[in-house]
Amino acid sequence: MPHKTFFWFILPTGLAMILFIGLPIVSSFFQSLHIETEQILMEVENCDPFGCKTNVRVDVEATEKLRQENPLGRFNGFGTYTDRNHLAFDEIGEAWNTSSSMSEFKDIVLNLPFYKALLFTLTFCFAVTPPVIILGFIVALSVNTLSKIIKGFIVFGTILPMIVTPLIGSLVLFWMIDSQGIIGASIQILFDDPNLSLKASSNLTWITLIIYGIWHNTPFAFVVFYAALQTVPQDPIEAAYIDGASRYQRVRYIVIPHLYPVATFIMLICLMDNFRVFEPIIGFSAEGVAQSLSWMIYQDLRNENKMLFGSAGATSMLTIIGIAFLLTPVLIRTWKEFRTER
Amino acid sequence: MKKLILALLISFATTSVFAGSHSPCGVTNGSINILANEFTTYRIFMDEVKSCAGPDADFNVTHSVDHNKLQVAALSANPAEFSAKLVTNGSITPLMNDGLIRPLDDLVEKYGSNLNENQKITIDGKIYAVAFMANAQHLWYRESILNDLGIAVPSTYEEVIAAAEKIKSAGVMDNPYAGAFKSGWNLGQEFVNMYLGHGGEFFKSGSAQPNVNNEKGVAALNVIKKLTELSNPDFLTQDTNAVKEEWESGNVALMHVWNSGAASLLDDEGDQDIKADTRLAPSPTVGGGSKPATTLWWDGIAIATNTSDENAEASFRALVGAASSTDLANNNPNATVWLIKGYTPGDTAGPVVDAASRGTTPYPSFPHMSLMHGALSTELVEFLQGNESAEKALADVEAAYIAKATEQGFL
Repeated sequence: MPHKTFFWFILPTGLAMILFIGLPIVSSFFQSLHIETEQILMEVENCDPFGCKTNVRVDVEATEKLRQENPLGRFNGFGTYTDRNHLAFDEIGEAWNTSSSMSEFKDIVLNLPFYKALLFTLTFCFAVTPPVIILGFIVALSVNTLSKIIKGFIVFGTILPMIVTPLIGSLVLFWMIDSQGIIGASIQILFDDPNLSLKASSNLTWITLIIYGIWHNTPFAFVVFYAALQTVPQDPIEAAYIDGASRYQRVRYIVIPHLYPVATFIMLICLMDNFRVFEPIIGFSAEGVAQSLSWMIYQDLRNENKMLFGSAGATSMLTIIGIAFLLTPVLIRTWKEFRTER
Repeated sequence: MKKLILALLISFATTSVFAGSHSPCGVTNGSINILANEFTTYRIFMDEVKSCAGPDADFNVTHSVDHNKLQVAALSANPAEFSAKLVTNGSITPLMNDGLIRPLDDLVEKYGSNLNENQKITIDGKIYAVAFMANAQHLWYRESILNDLGIAVPSTYEEVIAAAEKIKSAGVMDNPYAGAFKSGWNLGQEFVNMYLGHGGEFFKSGSAQPNVNNEKGVAALNVIKKLTELSNPDFLTQDTNAVKEEWESGNVALMHVWNSGAASLLDDEGDQDIKADTRLAPSPTVGGGSKPATTLWWDGIAIATNTSDENAEASFRALVGAASSTDLANNNPNATVWLIKGYTPGDTAGPVVDAASRGTTPYPSFPHMSLMHGALSTELVEFLQGNESAEKALADVEAAYIAKATEQGFL
């Protein structure tokens, strides 16, 4: 395609991307460099049903005046990025100097909110993505061999987990794994331990979330693989069949190489999706033991009485950088394949 | 503190007379849109508000347990998403910090002639809210279970723990104790209770510097830890409503929840045997302290700054009509402790009055308290799971608080 044609072809998309993706990111970045203006406190007398007493309150007018002068807040540079709730440089430096062993250092670092969230996010990403690809592939292969009459129903049933809203899906499972729910109670009977609770231990909660993630994401991999399976050329398969190749050999040497680029695509999307894991944490009430980067942003914007825009902006920027890091190897690989194909 | 008892006594004596020139009820213009917490007493209150607003009023109410998280964003918008908010001494401070609720003096003068003096919440001489009920967390117990095992009603947390251990070892229940330990606001509140019960102060005096990492904080955490060991293993996912369900299912013999829970715990629905066996007791003291380990709360009405005067007046009329309705209070005497004029306290008011008379601290209303509560909400979980020491958890609380308070401009 000539460059000029390409330019006019991409222009509308490009403009929309700048407007709806680029500018908000720039704006979040600017916000993340600022913190709230100083709160001016004053002493006042408060009276309520329990009596009167002197208390402090924010001097709204004076604070509002400061805010009018600096609508973005005080400039803080990268201070928010390096504070304890984000990259925590000071705390890590101190931990490095004071801890006597690597494991102690690791404990201190993984106790910091950002690294705790990063650990869960990465664990979730890498524990969910491979099973999703493998399971999705197996399900697609199986469904592909079904007779036409039942195929429609089975395809519908298989993609149900993806149709269910993540929050609702996780809430349904949350009640099923309750110690009085059908899964929770069955597990207690199975392991003969009346106090076994999937919600109580952090390891079991992580496993629950990961299983939920696999359950929820597999249909996506299935749909893409299933569509791709329809494009597998029949001639080489028939040739292999005549040559006496087993079903396994046909899949291994013809189907899988053909679907390889599709698998890369699924991996890319899955990694991106799972890196921003959020709904299951809320649905499973797992905030206590499993925090993700997206959950941290939510916490800054929602769980505090006041919205911490700077902190949320900083976490968003770090999330974007994290996704970029994660996808680089996959993108480099795709690029190389693209070059060789040309 | 004595004011509350006094007010309750006065309310025995006074009878309701509508002296005001303006009757608040029967709203015809302006729209009413209220944000409120979700529990049975609020539902009862809102029914009265709706009937006071009248059939011609444009009336909407949103009940949400997430009201605290929604309120600042919703009322910051101009025009605000809601014209009124039901607030408490805890949730009013973030609204005051940003000037999101308006002074009500003129409206009180016009429509509030039937209010008790102590219902008027004044800050710096101006009325910002009108309280209608008082609330506190306190002990609830199952009488027959305690009697069968010869256990006296506990008056300290040490006795609560001993009683729960006895019930457990007798094989009556696996998890005899329950409290709202859900990670988040509830868990933070449990620490607030226990820390104040030990005589702790959240901030170094006269500043916004945190002050929880000390002996009292550690002692408070250790008591909470012991209690959670006697609770359902899922305690980190159980909020007040979940605890009430555990109670109604008969899984629990001792719990520490809100007085207003009586509205649903003692109603006509569910297992009546358990309800007949349910008793209320004062909140226990802890660690040899004299004050009960709980906090006093008032719940009241507040009107958004960023709403039109017409909507503000309409909302205030409907709300204050309910907040001064003697009938509401006396038809539901056990739903909560009403502060309404002419109210005759019901059987369940005792623990709140007891808490007030023993000098219980009201929930702290510092502008930066919500940040402290937020830090407590998230940083105590690992200690309760046995993954870190109490000192470490409290150091984390202080560090998390400092980072957020700095960002908000308090430090």
